[in-house]
Formats: sequence, C-alpha cells, structure tokens
Amino acid sequence: MAGKIGVYFDVQNIGGSLDIEALAAQTSEKWGDLVPMVKTCPVLACALDEIKVDITSQKLDGVLLCGASSRADVCRLPVQVEYVNLREQCVLSYKNPDGSPPDYAAGAPEALAIMARDYVNMGVVKLQKSEMPNPAAVIGVERILVIGGGISGLTAAVEAAAMGYEVVLVEKSGQLGGAAVNIPVASPFGSNWTDKQAINLNMKISAVTGHPQITVYLNAQMEKLGGQPGEFKASVATMQGSVSVDVGAVVLTTGWKALDDKYLAPMGLGKIPLVVSAAQFGKMMLAGSVSARRIAFVLDTTLAEDAVREAAQHAVGPDKFGGADATAEEAGDKFVKEDLENIRHLAYSNAVNSVGILRLANSVCEQTNDATQAYILYKNMTVPGILERFYKTMQDRPGVMMTKADVTAIRESGGHVVVECRNTLLGMDFDLDVDMVVLPTGMVPTTAKDAVVQFDYRQGPDFPDLQLVDGFVDSNYICFPYETRRTGVYAAGCVRQPMTMDSCEEDARGAVLKAAQCVEAASHGVAVHPRSGDMSRPVFNFVRCTQCKRCTEECPFGALDDDEKGTPKLNPARCRRCGICFGACPERVISFANYNIDQIGSMIREVFVPRDFKKEGPRVLILACENDAYPALDMAGMRGNTWNPYARIIPVRCLGSVNAIWVSDAMSKGFDGIMLLGCKYGADYQCHFVKGSEICARRKENIVETLNRLGVQPERVEQLEVAIDEYDNIPDLIDGFVNRIIEMGPNPFKGM
Amino acid sequence: MSNAILVMGGGFAGITAAIEAAELGHDVYIVEKSPWLGGRVAQLNKYFPKFCPPSCGLEIQFQRIRKNPRVKFFTLAEVVGLSGYKGDYTAKIRLMPRRTAHHNVDFTLLASALTGETDNEFDFGLSKRKALYKSMPFAFPDRYALDAQSLSKSDTALVAEAKFVEPAEEPREVVLNAGVVVVATGWKPYDVTRLTNLGAGAVENCISNMQLERLASPFGPTQGKIVRPSDNRAPTNIAFVQCAGSRDQNHLNYCSYICCMATFKQCLYLLEQNPNVRITVYYIDLRAPGRYVNMLEKVRAQPNVSFIKGKVADVVQAEGDRVTLVAEDAVRGEKLILTYDLAVLATGMQPSLAAGKPALPLSLDEDGFVAGGEESGIFAAGCARMPLDVTRTARSGTAAALKAVQTVKGR
Repeated sequence: MAGKIGVYFDVQNIGGSLDIEALAAQTSEKWGDLVPMVKTCPVLACALDEIKVDITSQKLDGVLLCGASSRADVCRLPVQVEYVNLREQCVLSYKNPDGSPPDYAAGAPEALAIMARDYVNMGVVKLQKSEMPNPAAVIGVERILVIGGGISGLTAAVEAAAMGYEVVLVEKSGQLGGAAVNIPVASPFGSNWTDKQAINLNMKISAVTGHPQITVYLNAQMEKLGGQPGEFKASVATMQGSVSVDVGAVVLTTGWKALDDKYLAPMGLGKIPLVVSAAQFGKMMLAGSVSARRIAFVLDTTLAEDAVREAAQHAVGPDKFGGADATAEEAGDKFVKEDLENIRHLAYSNAVNSVGILRLANSVCEQTNDATQAYILYKNMTVPGILERFYKTMQDRPGVMMTKADVTAIRESGGHVVVECRNTLLGMDFDLDVDMVVLPTGMVPTTAKDAVVQFDYRQGPDFPDLQLVDGFVDSNYICFPYETRRTGVYAAGCVRQPMTMDSCEEDARGAVLKAAQCVEAASHGVAVHPRSGDMSRPVFNFVRCTQCKRCTEECPFGALDDDEKGTPKLNPARCRRCGICFGACPERVISFANYNIDQIGSMIREVFVPRDFKKEGPRVLILACENDAYPALDMAGMRGNTWNPYARIIPVRCLGSVNAIWVSDAMSKGFDGIMLLGCKYGADYQCHFVKGSEICARRKENIVETLNRLGVQPERVEQLEVAIDEYDNIPDLIDGFVNRIIEMGPNPFKGM
Repeated sequence: MSNAILVMGGGFAGITAAIEAAELGHDVYIVEKSPWLGGRVAQLNKYFPKFCPPSCGLEIQFQRIRKNPRVKFFTLAEVVGLSGYKGDYTAKIRLMPRRTAHHNVDFTLLASALTGETDNEFDFGLSKRKALYKSMPFAFPDRYALDAQSLSKSDTALVAEAKFVEPAEEPREVVLNAGVVVVATGWKPYDVTRLTNLGAGAVENCISNMQLERLASPFGPTQGKIVRPSDNRAPTNIAFVQCAGSRDQNHLNYCSYICCMATFKQCLYLLEQNPNVRITVYYIDLRAPGRYVNMLEKVRAQPNVSFIKGKVADVVQAEGDRVTLVAEDAVRGEKLILTYDLAVLATGMQPSLAAGKPALPLSLDEDGFVAGGEESGIFAAGCARMPLDVTRTARSGTAAALKAVQTVKGR
C-alpha cells in the first residue's frame, strides 16, 4: 500500500495540448497527504536523479510517472512505479466527442482535461492499492530429470551435466540410444552438411553412462511427477522398485513410435513380405541381410492416405483408423488417455523420411558398389534448407534413380513387387518391377499414445489439449517453441516435432537452457516466460474460499492442486502470473500484491461518471489485455488514430483475469458499456497464457445472464479479439461500440 | 578475462540468445547494425502457419530486454574488430550516430514537416522515408533516427532549431570485453538484380516475396493493400516463382527453407483480399516439412490456386505492365508462356556474412554460412548458420545461449 506518492508530469511528451499545471494542482488538491509531491518536469527522462532525491527526502513509497506509455521506457527507481499513459492513449488519440479534431489554439478541450484527470486519479489509486511483491522462493534443486534416452535425451543429459547440474536419465527400454539404435548411418550433424555421418552412438552413450553427475535408470518409467519447478518430486518405476528423486526441472525427450503398420497396409505393408518400412530396412541393413538388388523407395503415401479418407467416409461412428474412440475426459476418477495416433503422423514425418530414404538408398548402393538399383518415387522431396547439399550428394550415386511419381498401386507378382507409377518426370507412366519396396515411417510422438510424464497434478497426469497438435508436446507458439502448458517441463526432439538428428541435438540444448532458467527462477521465486522475472504471485485469503474449485480447474498451467481439505494449494513455481485464477474466483479471495480485484475495482470507481448522459456523454470502460491490445492502442495513438473521448482504458494482465465483479463495479458506478479487448482464441490462439481470452468469452455468458436478470441489456458488455497489429482498426471498434451505447441510452443504474 | 556474452546481430536469433542467457544471470551485449532491434522478422506481415503478427513476439522480447538490466544493446553499431581468445575477447564496436536524444521523444510532427525524402530500405524501395524516421511502429528502442544525408536544405534549418536532435553527432568507438561470441548476423534476401533470366529486378510488377510482405503489412507502403507497384491496382492473376535463386549452383547452392511456406502464406493473403484472384505457383518441389504440410494442403484445396512443377526459365515485360513467364511443365513436358498481372519471385536467403567477410576470426563455408568456431567460443545462431524459419531460429538462439553460458560459467 503506497502511502506517500510522488506524481511527475513529463511536459516534453504531453505538453502543448493539456493544461498540465491545472492537472497538477487538481492532483495535489484531491489527494492531499497521499500525494505530498507533484512536479512538472520539462523532460522526465532527465529528472530521474531529482526524483530519487525526492524519494529519500519526502520518504515517498510510490512514484507515478505521467507521460508516455509504460511501454516506452522503463525507469528504474527504488520504490513502486506506475505509469499514466497521457501521451498515446490520451492526448495523441484525442478527438472531440462529436468526432471533430480538437482546436488546441482555443485551449485544452474540456473532455480531454476530464479524461486526463481520470487517468491520473486512476493511477494514484492503482499505486495506493499496490504493494511491493514478496517473492516465494523454493529450493531450486540443481538436478535435471531427462525422460527418454534417445539422441535428444543423451544430448540433454550431457549438456545439463556440462552446465553443472546433476542429471537423472530415465529410459523405458533396456538400452540407451532410442531410435538411433536401428539407424545405420545418419544425415549430417554439422557443416558442411554434405555427406552421411557416423552417429557414434556408443561414444554418445558412454559419455552419459560414464559421467559422474549422470544417473541412468534403464527399463524405467515415470510413475509420478509432483511438486513444482525447483522442487519437483519424481517417482520412477525401475527394475529395483520405485525410486524417488528430487529434481528442479524436466527435459522431456521420449521421442516417437512407428505408426501402426495397418495404416500402410494399402501400400502392401504386412500383406506383401517384400514390402518393409524404413525402420525395418534400417535394421536389415545393420544385420547385413539386404539381398534385394532392385529396391523401390516409395515416398508418395497417397495410397495410404486415401484409404483412410475412404474408410472415414464409409465408417459409421468412430472412424476405424482414427484411433479416437476413447475420450480425453476423465472417466470417473480414472484417467483414460485418448489415443491420438493417426494417419497425419505419416505426412508430418515427410522431411525426416525424405532425408532418411535418401540416406538409405545411397547407403545400400554404396554397400554393393552400385550393384543395387534404388528407385526413389516421391511426390515432393522434402529436404529443406541446408540439407539440399546432402540431397545432392546422396542422389549423385550411379545406383540412385529418382522421379516424381504418383504411386497408384503396389502389388505382388511372382516373387517380385510391381509399383505402378503415374505422372512421372520421364514423360510416361510405367510399372516398376522390383525385389523390395521400402515405405516411409510415420513418427507418432510417444505423447500421442501415453501420458509419459504422469503429472501428479489436480488437472490430471497428461499435458492438456494435445489433440490441437496431434499429440506432439509443442508450445504452439512460433516465437517460444519450448513453452508448454506445464511449467518446468521442456520437450525436445521428435516428441515435439519429427526432426533429423542434428536438429534433435540442437533442440535438446535449447530445452536444457530453459530447464536451467526455470530452476534459477524458482530459486528466486520469480516467474518464467512470458512474465519472466515477475516477483508477484497469487495469494489466497482462505477464510472466504468456498472450495468451488474454479481456480484450480481454469488455470491453464495446472498451478493449483487441492490440499487435504479441498482448498486450493498454490504451487507458485508452476504459476505464470496471468491472474486467470482470480478472474475465476466468485468470492474474490485471490490477489497479487501489485494486481488485485480491489485495485482495479477502485480504479473503475475513480472515474468521473457524469449524471447527464445526453449533455456530458456516456462512459465506456475498456479492459484491455496488456500484451497485445494495449500495445495496439499505443500504436494507434502514435499513428494519429483517434477514438471517442468517453472511453477509459485499464490494462489487465490477461483477459482471463477479468473478474465479473469489475463489470458490476462499472455498472453500479454508472458506466454505460464495457469493452473487453483481448487476443484471438481458437486453434491459432494468440493469448500469451493460451486460454485467457477463451475463458473470458466463456465467462461472459454468465455475465450476460446476470445482466439480463438485472434488466441491463447484455449488449452493454462486449468482447473483441484483436491482434497487436490491428492498430488502424481498433479506433473504429471503439467508436462503433460507443455509438451503439449512445443509441441504447444510459445504463439504467446510472446515478442510483 | 570476461564472463560477458557478445551477441552480434539483434534479429530474432540474437535477441533470443541474449535474453535467454541474461535470464539465467549472465551479462550480455547485443550489437545491431540497424537503428532498431528485430531484424528481418520485423519486416514480415504475418508468421506462418498461425498468421500471427511478428510484433507480438517481438513485443514480448522487447519487454524482457527493457526489464532486464543484464542485457545491454547497441544499435547502429558494428563489430569492427575482434581479438583475443575464448574467455577473453576484446571487441571494437563502431557506433554510428543516431542524432536524436537518448530518451523517448515523439517526433511525428517534426518528421512530417520535413521535405527531403529517400528510398525506404525497410520497404525494399516501395516507399520513401523522411530523414528523421522510425521504420516500424513497434520500433525498439523507441527512438527516431536522423539520417543527416537525406535532409533537404529547408530540413536542415528546421532540424537546427528543433529540440532533442543533434545533427552534428559524430561516429564513435567503444571497446567491449566478452568471454564468448554469438554470431547471429542473419540473412538478406538474395539480390534480384543477379537473377538476369528472372528480369533482374527491372521488370515492372515483378516483385520479390519480401516486397509482397511489405505490401501486405498494415504499416507497409500501402497500409496492407496488395497492389501492383506500377498502377496501385489490385492484381487478379498472379504467379509465384519458387526457388528464385535457391537450389541453383549459380546463385544459392541450397534450399532457403522458408520460401514454400512463405508462398502458401502469401497465397492466403491474396485470397483474403480478393477471393477471386487466380494464382499459379511454379515450383521444383513443394517443401512443407512436418506440420507445415497442413498449410500446403489448405492452399492446395483452394480452387483458385494451381501448382505447376517446373522451373521458370524467363521473366519478361509484357504489355500493360504485365509480366510474361516462360516455363516448362516438367510433368507434361510442355513449354508454357503465360502472362500475369503480378509475378512474385520467391527469393531465398543469403547469409549476411556472404557480402564480404568482416575482419573477424570467423570461418565461413562457401556460401557464407558460419562453419565451426565452437572451440574458440564462437557460436552461430539462426540464419547465420543455415536457412531457418522463425521457430527454428528461436531454438537455435536458445541452443547457442546454452553453449555460450556453458563456456563462461564458473570461471
């Protein structure tokens, strides 16, 4: 609770159109002892030393900087700092209520002065209701758990150990190496990306098994992962029984399983003995048992895909190939894993297969001194990027012949296989007669089949919403590939995306860095991405908690468990500080030191709402997501876009943190409309907390019900999805809404 | 000896490497050549496959930099000398003058009052800019730059009277010490003037994919409306020429990774603006690795988009500022001569370092990608290492941060 606030105005950034002296005088007068210091600074950025002196001499515990948006510059001061955005979202975006541009020569327009005063008052209250957060540090165990001992896992283990961490590596099978065990030779791991490279798997394995900081459990799998980043408790089922180990963070590298052969049956797999998968072929090469001399490598998998499509069209009820006959829902208390394996995994493996098939075709020719003929039949050779160099080397071998072809049938014919090729590059259709056919492998992430981590979380043992990305543990963010829905667990390698081995190694390194960061953050009690470094955390006032469990259910990150009594138990190191929990809470028992229900409610109540709607206009509250909508509003202002001056904007951490009480606060205060501006949701969501804007939309339905009951038109509350680059149409959205409110007339509760 | 990490390049790879290391408690310097951070991604309209705006991810990164005192960055800066060895490098940095105040100033009015104009390199010549400018709305640092050479006579007088500008500011040099170096110098679009058979940049209404990205951007030369540069009219019949320079031993001897997806994305931009456009994509292979294949299939399902497997041999000017393409359909074996309103060259990525090796101890391969250097504490990230999309760039930056941190840790 800031009790002595200094308010500083940045004349350079807001002067010219506002009467700053008058604003300053009003601020002193209104707030009295709470604001013992009000100053106008010609250039705020040059006044920081002066402010520091004031902080000491006046014993200020809060500073309010009125000028440019908080996004423009960070001022580091030893007390709590808040910003009042008088530049972008006030002066620059101002137009008269009738839509005309202001004439500043005639003095500051009244509506602008009222707006600026509102924003300053809201800023003072915000600081008054804010406290320095006190971080909840946990131990920060310097041990990383790596689940899965393939190439990605081996890399992660060695890299984490090189960072100084202890490592526990859990491998389900009886040996390390994963899929690489059956791969005779790899695509290149590094520059200059031209030729096959030895995997040196044994060397990589002994670097792990021989490392003093690394403990390996073979034939082991996760029983349970409980606790939180910095102090996870992992239970591992091993041959010697259950082992319990404390770890700070987890790198998930459980890789992939081959797509069920049934999907490739339309291409002959399992039906024709001479048709094998690439993985089987790799094993045969290692065993030296390839005797075929004419081999077709068929990358065009249309036959298999069409079969599934046709089956789906004819199927009644759940598709027989879809695999999705179980639901993800918890059946009673028992978790049932939805099997997400499907034919799409074959298409997603296209690049790995293109690279792999080239490598196998080249190797088999090499082994037989080009006595073998390898035919590669493809739809698209997906050898992207720098691996083009590898592609060239591989195809530059006398035995390797390639063509684009639509493979329309694969059938057995007297000890041989015939592959029907249509629309080839050879200017004709032909039937290729071979001794063997090699088919690509569909890489199904292990997480599509099993809950591999076995989270001991209230929200269940699995990652949520895996079906969005066909079972891969991917963040679904382009810029932030490692941020999954379970803080402290970072996926790498083919469990995240099908990828070649060089890529697995790089991915594992990135995941280790994120894991290390997470341990570090937990040990300081601060948030990880996207609010990295945030010291605040939700605090519960359990006296009023009714154990309704909404907070525990809605947290996108599963940060809350239930304690023995059924009240929410926060795991602060799992928390991303979005505030979605407090948006959910009907009893308003959750708060952050510097962001809480009372604070925003008080800001809403601080806005001056005139009684005379006709003469002095309506008031519209905009709760804007600070991640995308708020910056977009800033840009709108900077670009000279203006909006109705009866709108008042309050940034929120996420639309998911909007509590219904704020709507009631605003309505009883006399606001005529409320606009919720947040991120896009759905499959291509842009919400930084994944679910916030979607949850807000869901909750809005309840708000609508409440409004209907109160006799308030539900159209007075509207949620809009905006992206950060929609700065040129946000003003139209605001104006459109204000106009609809004007048509509706005043809020019936106004002035009551 | 120094434990600091020097990051060359402030694009997505460099920013990511820097912040990820800083958030683990390490001191980082970013040295960026242009006046703002963000690099190539800042020029993009949307990312594939989600169609989200790059400024969203950049905003998060910039906020992380703002809040983290461990990240120090230099813009308009270049590493001009690097000496020493792993654990103890000394970098000489040349700082070009920004010529505006060190704090945030809104120069909108002054900038619009200026008359001198020059080609806007940020829009690849599709627009002009003033001498006092900010290339993008979400510019970081949020500071204008004054390019004194582009001032007109009257501008010079205006600027001389203005507050918060210093037209006479001079270049200077600083010296930084670092234990390791992350090279994240990124890429540039392949120079179309070298593609003589594809019009060498001289055919009207034959543009590059990066130019199309600028046209589609809400802060681009046309506020997002995709039009022909010659007459500002929306094209209805468009051709995409894939592998313009890529997979060609006379130009870029590798695949540029992103151009197929960029084209699919741009097909969807065009269809969104006008569902009746007709688009033809000329390609060698349609490379949509992994889940990007969903995007390929989405575009394939569009009735107005057709795909022809075949390399374009010639691009020539046709009547009415139209563009004629000569290509061979590799499947049918037919020679095609077709004319379009607009042709888009899907130009590839060339590593920035290919332009001429800076006086630094870096080993490059024949195409200009960084090859090796790890043993000397030099780690490449992003497209300085190989052509990548944004998400793999983020990974690469994070992985480079790990290697950098391991190298300086505990010394």
